[in-house]
Amino acid sequence: MNKFAYLCGAAALALSAPAAQAQVLTVCLEGAPETFNPELTSNGTTAYVLGQIYDGLVSVERGGSEIEPALAESWEVSEDGLTYTFALRQGVAWQSNDSFTPSRPFNADDVVFTFHRMMDSEDPFYEVSGGNYPTFNAKLADNLASVEKVDDYTVAFTLTKPMAAFIGTMAHGSLGVTSAEYAQAMMDAGTPEQLDLAPIGTGPFQLQAYQTDAMVRLLPFAGTWGAEMGDDLRTPMVDAVVMAISGDATVRLQRALAGECLIGLYPNLADKETIEASDTVEAVQTPVPSTGMLHFNFAEEPFQDQRVRQALAQAIDMENFVEVIYSGMGHLTGAVVPPALWGTASDIGPWEYDPEEAKRLLAEAGYEDGFETEVWAIPVSRPYMPNGRRAAEIIQADWAEVGVDVSIVTYEWAEYIQRARAGEAKVGMFGGIYDFPDPSQIPNNYLTCQPDGSTAPSNIGDWCDDRFNEVMTEAGSITDQDERIALYHEAQQIVHDEVPVIVLGGADTITAVNTSVQGYVPAVFGSSRLSGVTVE
Amino acid sequence: MFRYLLGKLAVLIPTFFGITIVAFGFVRVLPGDPIMLMAGERGLTPERHAQLMAQYGFDRPLWQQYLSYLGDLFQGDLGTSLVTHRPVAEDFLTFFPATMELGLCTMILAICIGLPLGVLAAVKRGSWFEQISMSAALVGYSMPIFWWGLLMIILFSGTLGWTPVSGRISLMYYFPQVTGFMLIDSLLSGQAGAFRSAVLHLILPSVVLATIPAAVIARQSRSAMLEVLSEDFVRTAKAKGLGPALVVGRHALRNALIPVVTVIGLQVGSLMAGAILTETIFSWPGIGKWIVDSISKRDYPVVQGGLLVIAAVVMIVNLIVDLLYAVINPRIRHG
Repeated sequence: MNKFAYLCGAAALALSAPAAQAQVLTVCLEGAPETFNPELTSNGTTAYVLGQIYDGLVSVERGGSEIEPALAESWEVSEDGLTYTFALRQGVAWQSNDSFTPSRPFNADDVVFTFHRMMDSEDPFYEVSGGNYPTFNAKLADNLASVEKVDDYTVAFTLTKPMAAFIGTMAHGSLGVTSAEYAQAMMDAGTPEQLDLAPIGTGPFQLQAYQTDAMVRLLPFAGTWGAEMGDDLRTPMVDAVVMAISGDATVRLQRALAGECLIGLYPNLADKETIEASDTVEAVQTPVPSTGMLHFNFAEEPFQDQRVRQALAQAIDMENFVEVIYSGMGHLTGAVVPPALWGTASDIGPWEYDPEEAKRLLAEAGYEDGFETEVWAIPVSRPYMPNGRRAAEIIQADWAEVGVDVSIVTYEWAEYIQRARAGEAKVGMFGGIYDFPDPSQIPNNYLTCQPDGSTAPSNIGDWCDDRFNEVMTEAGSITDQDERIALYHEAQQIVHDEVPVIVLGGADTITAVNTSVQGYVPAVFGSSRLSGVTVE
Repeated sequence: MFRYLLGKLAVLIPTFFGITIVAFGFVRVLPGDPIMLMAGERGLTPERHAQLMAQYGFDRPLWQQYLSYLGDLFQGDLGTSLVTHRPVAEDFLTFFPATMELGLCTMILAICIGLPLGVLAAVKRGSWFEQISMSAALVGYSMPIFWWGLLMIILFSGTLGWTPVSGRISLMYYFPQVTGFMLIDSLLSGQAGAFRSAVLHLILPSVVLATIPAAVIARQSRSAMLEVLSEDFVRTAKAKGLGPALVVGRHALRNALIPVVTVIGLQVGSLMAGAILTETIFSWPGIGKWIVDSISKRDYPVVQGGLLVIAAVVMIVNLIVDLLYAVINPRIRHG
């Protein structure tokens, strides 16, 4: 009877009108976090969630591209550029959960543990969650010799060769610091995987609950170091953050318009006008440091001739292309380094649209009757290419004008990546988003090759140019920024002149933000911070 | 009846093994692998790629991988997701109640709409009611779910503001999952307005997902009823002076139900297919969306484990349907 009465009471309450609500910041995400340890993923959505929980040694300034101290207060580089010594912040508290209460603040042991786990296959945690650390593997694994504790609050990172982008790389969200004490406690309890499933960080928010694929709920961590030092931008200002997972962009926008979420990430660019017409939601536009490219395959005979590549670049009406594909929010550029990033060659534009000149060049190269080729269209929407199919159709129409007959090819994303990397794409779209504010990333990953002729993983056209490689290597090994800018300019000029790729551009992104939200600044690099954000 | 049941069960065992092979093989014949996908456009050096493939055991011959999968399966281990690192069985138990809740509401709605519509259309043959209801059924059957779902959201949530856009409950409520069924958990939570919010969130996805099954049930029950209504025993019942309600309800309907029950059973399978789209549109954290996401990430353990369990569920539902035939029509079990 008692149980029945309880159920009746509960039901009556549950059926009644909602109670008064606390200040809750609701965010509609485009996907679910893949894990709760940033080391295990390079997925952007996961980085957005975990960026609220974990801190790295350094971070990117809010809404900008400058590197600023985070868990490290300062750092020094040795003369030879091989050793980076970080002075760590003192008195930084760790979060706690039901199974762990920290006994000490953050120190050098935590930093050593974090990196040791990823770099040493003998580490007891190395294989706990599969042993795949995508960002570390791609950016640091081949160049990090050791991470040593100098004293409780000093750590030294030693590289095998100088790496100008090292500090920028360290700002990547995947290199957030995890607690050595927590890891040991979980290992002792026989549940080491909990380190990766139930996060303990030093950031402004801590995980309250994750309902798989539905919702992430974060609570403010009052003891976070940002709050302790009085930094409002690193202090949680709301009672809770609820992130709802909503895969479809149109639905996310409807949720934002209906007030179900106060921040709606990545609406379709084409919906900007709908947002602007709303009284309650604003479209916040943010530059995205990304580059989309059309790679020529150097195994194909016509593309071995620079005149053919230049002709095809001049045959595309790039102004029209950028306007249509990026819904009026794109950048018309011929530079591989995007305008949102230092080191961009702002004076290098796209090749001038000139179909007559294109025909002349093709004739000069022996293709006066044109030829047949394929253009591969990426099947997914990316900031550097929101609509691959449409883009391929525009290119098809433009190249038809100069006699080049294009078939459009596309595959499901996994297959696309595999086939493109295997060199099957005659002309393939590929591109990337910068993970950290250093211009080296995309030129290195997409255009360089090794002395033995083997190309970088994303160099799908197999272009290999000695001068370009020399310039990139030199720019990557010195720390003087002005000199690096000059070298990257030269590298971009080589790409423009040689045309191994046609730079298609990139676009800004928009975020639907409710007018009741104050202080939300979408990040250009890494994850946007929800600390310092208030709801009126 | 027992022998009938045994006969049905005997067919299930080889079917189950067949499914393990299909589930295992299906995701592996797709080009691309999980390690490459995790690296995305950034890529990995071939050496590190090979090292990671070996670490996960993906470099072993397929038959060896299959045998170890089968071995784990017999120990009740469906494996661990390569992406989330959570046990597949645990994730399945999280997602299944969401799909089950949506599926049950959908089927109830589809039967409540489809069956009376079909029966009435048959009884009122040639009338404007039959014309309209069967035209509506044809439209419902042909409706592209994704488009239909978005249209409903834009109309009822966006323009009219009657229903929430998506999700299972308002983001303002938080309570731990007890059963995984939001309607029950919201009642148990005792939080003001929670149950109401859960019901409101269920309306649109159920209506969208029920559209096709309701149409199929309506069309099937109409044709089954038309056939039965022309039988001699119905004429006899009418001749005895029974009222139309008794003739249709007691004599005709029960005999017309067999093909209708078959169709309802088959709809459970296609409900899973529809759920993939509905769950994506309505941010409904269920099985369909889980499997599709896992296929695109080549998360082998999730795909093979998830497909296996879904196939098992469909098989069990069809077994129940077979048993229901026997209950509805005793001639079947003696046949």
